[in-house]
Amino acid sequence: MGFFIETLFSGLMAGMLYSLVALGFVLIFKASGVFNFAQGAMVLFAALAMARFAEWIPAWTGITNLIFANVAAFLIAGLIMFAVAWLIERLVLRHLVNQEATTLLMATLGITYFLEGLGQTIFGSDIYQINIGMPKEPIFLFDGVFPGGILVNQEDVIAALIAAALVALLSLFFQKTSTGRALRAVADDHQAAQSIGIPLNRIWVIVWCVAGVVALVAGMIWGSKLGVQFTLATVALRALPVIILGGLTSVPGAIVGGLIIGVGEKLSEVYLGPFVGGGIEIWFAYVLALVFLLFRPQGLFGEKIIDRV
Amino acid sequence: MFYRENGQFKTSYRADQQIFPIAQDRWAVLAMLAFGFIAVPFLFDEYMFRAILIPFVILALAALGVNILVGYCGQISLGSGAFMAVGAYAAYNTYVRIDGMPLIVALLAGGVFATLVGVFFGIPSLRVKGLYLAVATLAAQFFCDWAFLRIAWFTNNSTSGSVSVSNLKVFGWAIDSPIQKYLFCLTFLVVFGLMAKNLVRSAVGREWMAIRDMDVAAAVIGIRPMYAKLTAFAVSSFIVGVAGGLWGFVHLGSWEPAAFSVDRSFQLLFMVIIGGMGSIMGSFFGAAFIVVLPIFLNQFLPAVGDLIGVPISTAFVSHAELMIFGALIVWFLIVEPHGLARLWSIGKQKLRLWPFPH
Amino acid sequence: MKIRNIVLASVIAVAGAGAFAQAKEQFFPVLSGRTGPVAPNATPWANGHNDYMKLVNARGGINGVKTLVEECETAYATDRGVECYERLKGKHGGATVFQPLSTGITFALTEKVPGDKIPLITSGYGRSDSADGGVFKWNFPLIGHYWVAGDVVLKHIGNKLGGMDKLKGKKIGVGYHDSPFGKELLPILQERAAQYGFTLLPLPIAAPGVEQKSTWLQVRQQQPDFMILQTWGVMTGTAVKEAQAVGYPREKMFGTWWSGAEPDLQDVGAGAKGYSAVMMQHGAERQSDVVKEILEKVHAKGEGTGPKDEVGSVLYMRGVLGALLAVEGVRAAQERFGKGKVMTGEQARWGYENLNLTQAKLDALGFKGVMRPVSTSCFDHMGAAWARIHTWDGSKFVWSSDWLEADEQVIKPMVKASADKYAAEKKLTRRSGADCQS
Repeated sequence: MGFFIETLFSGLMAGMLYSLVALGFVLIFKASGVFNFAQGAMVLFAALAMARFAEWIPAWTGITNLIFANVAAFLIAGLIMFAVAWLIERLVLRHLVNQEATTLLMATLGITYFLEGLGQTIFGSDIYQINIGMPKEPIFLFDGVFPGGILVNQEDVIAALIAAALVALLSLFFQKTSTGRALRAVADDHQAAQSIGIPLNRIWVIVWCVAGVVALVAGMIWGSKLGVQFTLATVALRALPVIILGGLTSVPGAIVGGLIIGVGEKLSEVYLGPFVGGGIEIWFAYVLALVFLLFRPQGLFGEKIIDRV
Repeated sequence: MFYRENGQFKTSYRADQQIFPIAQDRWAVLAMLAFGFIAVPFLFDEYMFRAILIPFVILALAALGVNILVGYCGQISLGSGAFMAVGAYAAYNTYVRIDGMPLIVALLAGGVFATLVGVFFGIPSLRVKGLYLAVATLAAQFFCDWAFLRIAWFTNNSTSGSVSVSNLKVFGWAIDSPIQKYLFCLTFLVVFGLMAKNLVRSAVGREWMAIRDMDVAAAVIGIRPMYAKLTAFAVSSFIVGVAGGLWGFVHLGSWEPAAFSVDRSFQLLFMVIIGGMGSIMGSFFGAAFIVVLPIFLNQFLPAVGDLIGVPISTAFVSHAELMIFGALIVWFLIVEPHGLARLWSIGKQKLRLWPFPH
Repeated sequence: MKIRNIVLASVIAVAGAGAFAQAKEQFFPVLSGRTGPVAPNATPWANGHNDYMKLVNARGGINGVKTLVEECETAYATDRGVECYERLKGKHGGATVFQPLSTGITFALTEKVPGDKIPLITSGYGRSDSADGGVFKWNFPLIGHYWVAGDVVLKHIGNKLGGMDKLKGKKIGVGYHDSPFGKELLPILQERAAQYGFTLLPLPIAAPGVEQKSTWLQVRQQQPDFMILQTWGVMTGTAVKEAQAVGYPREKMFGTWWSGAEPDLQDVGAGAKGYSAVMMQHGAERQSDVVKEILEKVHAKGEGTGPKDEVGSVLYMRGVLGALLAVEGVRAAQERFGKGKVMTGEQARWGYENLNLTQAKLDALGFKGVMRPVSTSCFDHMGAAWARIHTWDGSKFVWSSDWLEADEQVIKPMVKASADKYAAEKKLTRRSGADCQS
């Protein structure tokens, strides 16, 4: 019983980490209708930027305070992601307005390759560390109730709290600020928003910037857990079932979907896996999402697609 | 001046409905076939065959299959790598477990099993559309990745999970040298290309295109979406499965499931979109572009580096390949979102009028 | 005057031609993995290999023949590796030998090299059954393959417990890369599990191994007494981090020789203290003679391939050893086919099959304390089955066992059985004595 609760809890934590990545996808799709396959590459690029600058800043300035290095690296990486967002809008999206979904999808795939190559050229293909002082040792709760206690991974809990804080911040941003309202207007109906004078191009730059910051936070957390290397970009493939389960246009969907997928993955691997030899969690997540889709084809919280003939 | 239908009168419906109604087109295609079968074996060296021409022919076949599903029927599928894997492993099992199995029958059997798997994983398309379907087909991809690693029966109980075939023979002729392999694959490509061209011009092809353009309207006028979508998955998976069998048997000789990973699926989708969706010629253009470009960059960049005197490391060449590949794809989509096939048809249009401007 | 000019010109031409003809080169292609999922680990290998090749040239070449290296990037992908092979095999007068550094690429090239007559050196990876030279004429898993690694790890664990019989009833988990590379370790472990009576718990980890929480939750649930890791690239580092996160003692973890190098553990630092790995003879050898010579003759002149602080690290040394074996095989071939001449692939193959590196020779080359003697033959393409264990102390590796030898009495029959199966499938006949002389 204790182990079941542990697995459940780990699944929830893993799910939160997946939602962090999924958030970026959802934000961009909501506002501009583009399925940004490059989100994984953006996570990698942002994490690489932060890891390397956290190394270089002490070397350049001589200040070895860890907090200073990390904060400075975070800010610089954030600025770099803003620049990336602006360039993507300027060089790619502006020229592909009104194209079909598959064309835009392919364009983001092209951006993925470009960012992967650029990131490794500028920052290197070695494995780099992000040290934000996360505790690495586990703690054991309820030692008396369950033999051996329930294993709680402190790093994951802190990551989940950061993710929750990020979602709360984003909700505040969307509900209370005028830019947020403009973003929601654009997400609702591009043409109507344009007709009341909201500048679409600027909004798209802002959305990609926000997605870039989300990618940076996701990259920071995943990078702290795993180390920053090229394979970090593959977390995007783990986050895709989350998006389609939750719905491509819903932020709460990304969270709920993440939790469901995380729990489903871990429980399936630990309890079903041994019967079939193991290694099933990746395809199980997709099959789980697929099963949900058969009942709700737009995901749990997604918008119904209305076709007019 | 040269490319016009002046003087070509059709006297029967049959003649009017042929694939290449314009005589110049027929001559051009015959010339290309002659070039492909007769001239190419003499023109290129072994490396060109092994590294460029054979992969190009096999991937063009796979892109043809994917184009039928994505381009003609509008169902975005990211599971093509899995269907190639099913084709390869099914062909392997048929070839190895049954003594005296002819090679062609084994490859076609691979295609049949790929069809069954394709139709099964195509069932979600009846409920799910667009990007949701694309991600759902990834379920097929990852499931097959896992199945071919875990289920030992598929790999003939080899301890390592890697399988290999050798001593390929067709009607007594060995398929050993690069030229023989190339001709073998080219035959498959030509036969399947002809079949596909005819299929997309037939009733079922028109049903696919109707579903792609407006599936609700198509259902309203009596086209059965289930039939159309599942036949698209079936035909597409068959062709992709045969291509997978060829890839494993002829090109690689010895393979593991990672040869048909999700990167392969993305590669095939790239070929279809760069080449032109909904166009048979487009599959060939796309395959040529995607196969030749990385190799070209790999040789060209160090040459450029030597020219300007800057030593370029292999790692940088690899990264630059990625960057240029990505940038070219984006540039291409901006310049011509409908792909290379569109450029080809624009060229043919202009040729009809040449030398007049309009 | 004119005649004098002609004579002078012709003398210069002949001298020039003679000098040009002396610039003979033995081509050693490198299939590198400097990008992609294994970059942190494969890059030092390529750097070590290239540096040693430069050192050989600085020492005067192989009896005067200089070495030439050209790299081709595979990013650990099999089809790219095959394309690199096709591109490089005929260049610069023909490739001498290929070292694919990837089990996947090895499987693919095993089919091609008999036709192209180029040997493959797969030191410490590839097909374990290719140690049987009777079937695999062109494959050379010199100084070790995965079944040696598995056996030595088990031996070390047995020693720690006080005897191999103490393994009975224990549970040993194996976290392996879900691919032919990872699976290649399992046969020896299964064989020994049956023999000594311990339970094996196989835990496949899907490539690239970014998220391993479920695997390590299962480890926590099953509480195996020991964990063996057969992972490569970033998967190893992630595994150790996840082990830390579930509180599995690192002292109970043992990696094979591709899962125990600095790039895997540097990030984890003190958290990985106690993690051990079996090493194919060499470890991190910063104090060895050959490293000192490389720093002096190559890096000091600014010709080092990689960063200087990498010289002597574990994977760097593996590259150095790979280059050493490649070069010494050519040297052995030259003894038979002509000293000072460029060797073809076929001739080099004979050299690899007749390697006899005594301890004196190895010490003279700078490998004192690093390597033990290697001696190959027609039916034994491995040549040595020694290994030892090193342990991470929080910032570097220290040796934690003596030299251990794998039990060839158990391994050789397994190798032969597997090779026979391959020969039956491919309809090959086992090589006989006459074929062994070529």
